Amino acid sequence: MSLSDAVESLVGDGDAVALEGFTHLIPFEAGHEIMRQGRRELELIRMTPDLLYDQMIGMGVARRLVFSYGGNPGVGGLHRFRDAIENGWPRPVEIEEHSHAGMANRYAAGAADMPCAVMRGYVGTDLAAHTTVAPITCPFTGERLTAVPALRPDVAIVHAQEADREGNVQLWGIPGVQKEAILASERSLVTVERIVDELEPRPGGITIPGWVIGVVAEAPGGSRPSYSLGITDRDNDFYKFWDKMSRDREQFTEWMNANVLHNNHVSTA
Amino acid sequence: MTVETRDTQAQDATAGEIQTIVAARRLRDTRTVFIGVGRPSTAAILARMVHNPDLVLVYESGTIGAKPFHIPLSIGDGELAETADAVVTVPEMFNYWIGPGRIDVAFLGAAQIDPHANLNSTVIGDYDHPKTRLPGAGGAPEIAASCGEVIVIAPHAKRTFVEKLDFCTTVGHGDGPGVRERLGFRGKGPTAVITDLGVLEPDPETKELVLTQIHPGVDVTRVKEQTGWELKVSDALETTEPPTAEELSALRELLDR
Repeated sequence: MSLSDAVESLVGDGDAVALEGFTHLIPFEAGHEIMRQGRRELELIRMTPDLLYDQMIGMGVARRLVFSYGGNPGVGGLHRFRDAIENGWPRPVEIEEHSHAGMANRYAAGAADMPCAVMRGYVGTDLAAHTTVAPITCPFTGERLTAVPALRPDVAIVHAQEADREGNVQLWGIPGVQKEAILASERSLVTVERIVDELEPRPGGITIPGWVIGVVAEAPGGSRPSYSLGITDRDNDFYKFWDKMSRDREQFTEWMNANVLHNNHVSTA
Repeated sequence: MTVETRDTQAQDATAGEIQTIVAARRLRDTRTVFIGVGRPSTAAILARMVHNPDLVLVYESGTIGAKPFHIPLSIGDGELAETADAVVTVPEMFNYWIGPGRIDVAFLGAAQIDPHANLNSTVIGDYDHPKTRLPGAGGAPEIAASCGEVIVIAPHAKRTFVEKLDFCTTVGHGDGPGVRERLGFRGKGPTAVITDLGVLEPDPETKELVLTQIHPGVDVTRVKEQTGWELKVSDALETTEPPTAEELSALRELLDR
């Protein structure tokens, strides 16, 4: 299926959508297609919002954001994310934030079809009072622990290096929470660099059977300016460029129209 | 090496270089260190170069035993995955490696630090209407709770070293002794805050940060001026051993790669 058909059939207005990829294999092309198709009122879920969600938030696609770290890794802050939270531009965004450990456990609980995960964390922090967590007592030892609710997105979208013709997917390098996100979600899309006749096992590779994946779509270079280990390189210069360019609202909107929406004349706010 | 060379080197070194070198020295006898990007990462790579070639570098992205030749821009740079002993998922990183206390030392940064080394990386101002929205918690709260000890690396400025945090993202020593034990934390918590002016360490009894070390050429008045509370100074205040020629040239070579 083409990426455009895949997004059209899987992502609806108002959906809770998780585009995952922990600094690696970030599904930029799929996120861009969501914006090109004009999806609205999304609940965007992602551990590290990164540049892709900065773009989506700045284009007014998100009603709500669920996350654990909203920064430009190694460079600084995310200006569109900040502007939305600090000033409500281009629209106010409701937030639910967690720690990385909390988000990772929430995905794992979703993948296991458990209502919650139990962990050590959040205690003593101000975050506990501003998010959805609850204390729970271990029935065996009496230890006080923290429960976090399972994440169950409507749609998970991830990028991987390869799929075979049956739709089995293999990714290698930093694996993030991609497998958990797919298994936790109602529907899923995996974009891949290439489709091969046979998957060749890679050290540390994770294979995901095709029958648990909704749709596989070919999208070469689909993780740029992030990267797909062994195939494309991380464009660190772009991450630095983004920090400068995205500070200004008008400049950002023009850049998005020209480079992502491929349309210089339509206002998208 | 002559004393003269060392003095020349020390005078040459910038405050930031001294901060990085002091952080690297702390890893001499460490087996595993958890690091984010920026100065902590530079310090850990430097430690592998000059003090401790067997040091295991662990990055939040899941790379365990990474051996980067270059300073990575992000915690997810390809070189970290390609050189790692093991690359694990995020749930595994937190549940199997960080949570059980398998990592000896963690380097953390923050936008605000209070007198008990609690950290804020969430917001400046009110949570619902922040003046500045910062990136948020990331892995810090659980890293600080569970790693063997925490070393905070931050620029020494009044807006960073504050009497009261706008938001407590990460618990250091709470409001004093006994808090970590009560909360069930396994690690010792912050054992040092390394800045570009000196080193602060918690008083063993009160857990309040005390100035224990100043870098060459820095005077105590300046450190106090740049701290937003009445900073206590240790009776045994030491001056940082100046960078050696080896440390400084290794650091500069690393930054040039």
